[in-house]
Amino acid sequence: MIEKSYIKNQTTKIKVILFIIIFYAVLQVLMSTQIINNYWQQIICFAGVMTISALGLNLIYGFTGQFSLGHAAFFGIGAYTSAFIIKTAHFNNTFLLIIGLIAGGIFAGVIAFLIGLPILRLRSDYLGIATLGFGIIMKVIFDNADAVFPVLGGSRGMVGIPQMTNFAWVYLLVFFTVIILRNLINSAPGRALISVREDEIASESVGVNTTKYKTLGFVIGSIFAGVAGGLYAHLYAFLHPQNFDFLKSIDVLLIVVLGGMASISGTIIAAVVWVLILEGLRVVLPEAILDWRLVIYPLLLILIMIFRPGGIFSGKEFKFLHYQEKK
Amino acid sequence: MLLTIGSPWLIFLLIVFYFFLLLVVAYFLQQVINGLQLGSVYALIALGYTLVYGIIRLINFAHGDIFMVGAYLGFYAILRFKLPLPIAILFAMVGCAAVAIIIERLAYKPLRNAPRIACLITALGVSLFLENFCSLKFVFGPNYLAYPRPFPVVNFNLGQVTISNIQIIVFFVAIGLMILLELFVSKTKTGMAMRAVAFDKNTAQLMGINVDFIVSITFGIGSALAGAGGVLYGIAYPQINPFMGIMPGLKAFVAAVLGGIGIIPGAMLGAGIMGMVEVLTSAYISSTLRDAIAFLVLLIVLLIKPTGLLGESSIEKV
Repeated sequence: MIEKSYIKNQTTKIKVILFIIIFYAVLQVLMSTQIINNYWQQIICFAGVMTISALGLNLIYGFTGQFSLGHAAFFGIGAYTSAFIIKTAHFNNTFLLIIGLIAGGIFAGVIAFLIGLPILRLRSDYLGIATLGFGIIMKVIFDNADAVFPVLGGSRGMVGIPQMTNFAWVYLLVFFTVIILRNLINSAPGRALISVREDEIASESVGVNTTKYKTLGFVIGSIFAGVAGGLYAHLYAFLHPQNFDFLKSIDVLLIVVLGGMASISGTIIAAVVWVLILEGLRVVLPEAILDWRLVIYPLLLILIMIFRPGGIFSGKEFKFLHYQEKK
Repeated sequence: MLLTIGSPWLIFLLIVFYFFLLLVVAYFLQQVINGLQLGSVYALIALGYTLVYGIIRLINFAHGDIFMVGAYLGFYAILRFKLPLPIAILFAMVGCAAVAIIIERLAYKPLRNAPRIACLITALGVSLFLENFCSLKFVFGPNYLAYPRPFPVVNFNLGQVTISNIQIIVFFVAIGLMILLELFVSKTKTGMAMRAVAFDKNTAQLMGINVDFIVSITFGIGSALAGAGGVLYGIAYPQINPFMGIMPGLKAFVAAVLGGIGIIPGAMLGAGIMGMVEVLTSAYISSTLRDAIAFLVLLIVLLIKPTGLLGESSIEKV
C-alpha cells in the first residue's frame, strides 16, 4: 500500500516540475516573439549565470562555512578554459559547447582542489584573505596569459568566442545546479558539510574528516563557478580579465549574503533581483541622474544589511527545496 | 700569463667590476629607497585597518576609500585654498576622521551585534558608495586629476643614488605619525582604553570604558592616518581618481595581515615588506607581475604562520 505522505510528496513533485516547465515555456515564447528583446534576453541569461556561480559560493560559504573572496577567479578559469577549447577547435556545435562547459568546470575544480588543500587549513578571515590573494594572482595570470597562449588575449581581452549560450542552456543548467545542490546538502556528505560549518572541532571529534569535506565543498562550489564561467564566455563572446577581478568576487558574495546564507531559494531570488535591479535602474532612472545608479545600489545594500542582517531569506527555503523524508 | 697579479689587464678588469658592482648596488639601493616611500604610505593605511580590526574584528573595506577622500581633501586644500603642505595634511586628517566617524555612527554602529558577515557587507557597501558618490560630477568627478605639488621637486644625488625631497617628506611624515600613534596608544588614558577594548570588549565595558566612544575614536584615528597617507600618496605619485583607493587599500590590508593583524608594529613591518616586494619586483622581474608576487608572499606567510609575522599563535579551545 502506498502511504499518504508519499502520494502527497509525488504530487508536489509533479506540480513543481510542471511549474518549472511552464515557466520556461512562457519565457521562451516571450523571447521568441521578441516581447522580451535581445538585450533583456542577454540580461536574463546573465542572471542565470550569476545564479549558478552564486549557488557555488553558497555551497562553499553558506553551507560549508569557508569564507571565500576569490570566487570570480574560478568563474574566470572556467570561462577561459571553455572559450579556449571552442576557439582552438575551429568549429562549433552543441556537443562542443557541452565539452567546453564540462572542461571549464573540471579545470576550475582541479585548481580549487590544488589551492584548497593548503589554504583550507586557514580559518575565517584568514581564509578570506588567502582566497582574495589567490583571486588577485589569477587576475594577473589572466592579464599575462597571452605570453603563453596568444589566443587568450591577455589584458587586451579575448575576442571572437562563438556565441552559443542561449536561454534554454542557462535554464537547464540552473535547474541541474539547484537539483544537485539540493540533493547534495540533504545527503550524508551534505550533513557533514553543514557540521563543519557549525563547529569544526565538534564535527572532527565525532569522526567527520573535516579536511576532506571542506575540500569537497570548495571543489564542488568551484566547479559550479567554472560551468557558469563557461556559459558566460559563450554568452558575451568577449572575455576581459577585468570581468574576473576582486570586485566580481564581491558581487557574488553580495548575492549570497543578501539572499541569505545557506538558502538556495534566497540565492536564486537574490541573483535574479540583483542583476535586474542593476539593469533596471538604468532604465527607470532619468538620464540626468543615471550616475546615481551606482550610488543608490550600495545604499540599498547598507539598508538591507542594517534592517535584515541575515539576508532576505535568512535560512528559509521554498517548500519544494525541502527534503521530504521517505517513510 | 695575461692575468698575473699586478697585470694591467687584471687591474682594468677589477676597475670595471668595481664600477659594475657600484652600479648594481646603487640600483638596488635606489629601489630600496623607492620601496621605503611606497611602504610608508602603505603603513599609514595599514595602521587604520589594524586598529579597527583589533577592536571590532571588522575588515573595514571602506578604509581604502577614506584614503582616497584624504587625497582629494589635500588636493583641494593645496590647489584651491593654497594651504601649505603641513596644513593640507592636517586638513585631510581632520576631514577623514570626521567622515569615518559619521560612517561608523550611521552604518556600523547599528550592526554591533549582527553577524560579522553583515558588517563586512556593509563595509563593502560603504566602499562602493564612497567610490561612486565621489565620482559624481558635483563631488569630485570621475576623471584622473594631476596632483598639485606645493613646492618644486629637488633631487639630492648621493653618488649613484638619487633621493628627492618628496621621498624624504613622505618617509619622515609617516614615521612621525607612527611614533605619535605609538605614544598615544601606549601612554595616554584613551590609548589604554583602546587596548583594553581590543583585549576584551565586554570586560572593558564592565570596567566603565565607553566602548562606543572608543570605537569611534579608533575609526577617527585610523582614518586620519589614512588621510595623511592619501595626501602623501598624491604628492609622491601625482595622479588621483575616485577609484584610486581600491588597490592601495587592499595591499595595505594585506600588509596588516602579513605583519599580524591587530598589532601596530606588525602593520609597519608588513607595509615595509609589501612596498619593498612590490618595487623590487617591478625593478627586477616585471611590473605586470607586481601584484601577483606581492600576494604570493602573503599566501606563503599565511601558510607558514597564519597569524602573521609578529602575531602570536593562539590555541583554539573547545
